[in-house]
Amino acid sequence: MNESANAVSVRGLKMSFGDHQIYDGLDLEVRRGETLTVAGASGTGKSVLLKLIIGLYKPDAGAIFVDGEDVVPLDEQALRSMRRKVGMLFQGSALFDSMNVGDNVAYGLYEHYEWPPEKIAARVAECLEWVGLPGAQAMAPADLSGGMKKRVGLARALAPGPSTILYDEPTTGLDPFNTRRINELIVGLNDRLHVTSIVITHDLEAAFAVSDRIALLDERRIVLVSDIESARRAPPPRLAAFMRGEESPK
Amino acid sequence: MTSAARAVGTLGRAVDEGLVRIGEVATLIGRASAHLARGRRRLRHIVYQVLQVGVRSLPLALVMSGFAGMVLAFQFGYGLQRFGARLYIGQVTVTAIFRELGPILAALVVGGRIGAGIAAELGGMAVTEQVDAVRALGADPIERLVAPRLIAATIALPLLTIVADLVAVTGAVVIASFQYSVSPRLFLNGVYEFVTMGDFASGLFKSIFFGLLVGAISCQEGLRARGGTEGVGRATTRAVVAIAVSALAADFVLTKVLLSL
Repeated sequence: MNESANAVSVRGLKMSFGDHQIYDGLDLEVRRGETLTVAGASGTGKSVLLKLIIGLYKPDAGAIFVDGEDVVPLDEQALRSMRRKVGMLFQGSALFDSMNVGDNVAYGLYEHYEWPPEKIAARVAECLEWVGLPGAQAMAPADLSGGMKKRVGLARALAPGPSTILYDEPTTGLDPFNTRRINELIVGLNDRLHVTSIVITHDLEAAFAVSDRIALLDERRIVLVSDIESARRAPPPRLAAFMRGEESPK
Repeated sequence: MTSAARAVGTLGRAVDEGLVRIGEVATLIGRASAHLARGRRRLRHIVYQVLQVGVRSLPLALVMSGFAGMVLAFQFGYGLQRFGARLYIGQVTVTAIFRELGPILAALVVGGRIGAGIAAELGGMAVTEQVDAVRALGADPIERLVAPRLIAATIALPLLTIVADLVAVTGAVVIASFQYSVSPRLFLNGVYEFVTMGDFASGLFKSIFFGLLVGAISCQEGLRARGGTEGVGRATTRAVVAIAVSALAADFVLTKVLLSL
């Protein structure tokens, strides 16, 4: 298969933490420009999947192609270059407490580019504008609400200009207003920037709001992938069971 | 299994874990040094860290060394008086401060404070995914987080030791004068004639090494933190204990080496 046809391809992934096996032959294809949600119960390894894609963890076996390049054998130096192409919004936002919002958003720009300060400042302003926080550069992370932190985290992920964005539970812990706002941002940014998005969530309402396709992670592998309209109209039995909070039918 | 066999097993695991820790700290120092050797220094970060770890520890260093110098003068004065050698209080006290008390107290007390701060800060970053975020944004945590703190601790601890030495000597002068009627002039004349730059330099060399240990151990423990705020607390405690034990062990070895030079 031509791996470069997909933005991300995961093949035969196996991974364990100690005696606990997380994946046993996980496969997943993410098409260029689509938004794919990976749903699954807590503890099934959804967040770990994103960290594997961006190279923060190494699997025990398998291959992970990002833009056609297998990132598993890459050393840390090569991974740092690869990460310019992949942005990640962390579950808890993971903003740097010791820096203000502007410096947080500029962090990846200083790492990946040798731009003059004015150009970096302009890019930071642009990204904050995209997420609806214009002029927030001087604010401290401690002064932000949960929803604002998520939006700053998203601006930080977007700043280096990635072609793929990974969202780890983007709406967890947010009130309905902020949840809707983040969902609209994900959709709006995809339309504007034409990026590929992988969203990890157990919030199926959010998944239906932002995704083109949905995948279900269960029993250490992806057990189904469905386009979002079919999943909404007539969810496959496993997805329907997950939506009802029931045990998966075998 | 007998209780003796279990005890041997426990001891073996503790030794094994200790050796692994020593290896991890040495690896961390090696990786941070490699970044510095490649010239990837960011002066702004290093100056910020020196100010963070140094200036904030200054009040503690002043109070601790003032009292330590006075206590040492009390004890030496008491002992020397019994042998009719009270007038040598300056020479003996200042030699002890320069060679031993200044550097080891700075390592244990100030180093403990610096190490706890670094371990808690990096531990907090580790458990809130900020260290992962550093990597995800294309940076190397060793270069961005560890190297500046390692340099800062290695610079700050000797500087604080010099300050501690001076304050401790001042405290000793006060006690010698008021308790044992040895005038400051006599005290300092004795110091001038007897105490060498070698005494001062050997203490300073120790404190540079202790600073490196404080920085490396606290960074290592901080980055290893897992499991929320409880994990940060555990990492901080481990860092302070490891700093105290390793500083005393290193002091023993360094004293032996420096005395034989």
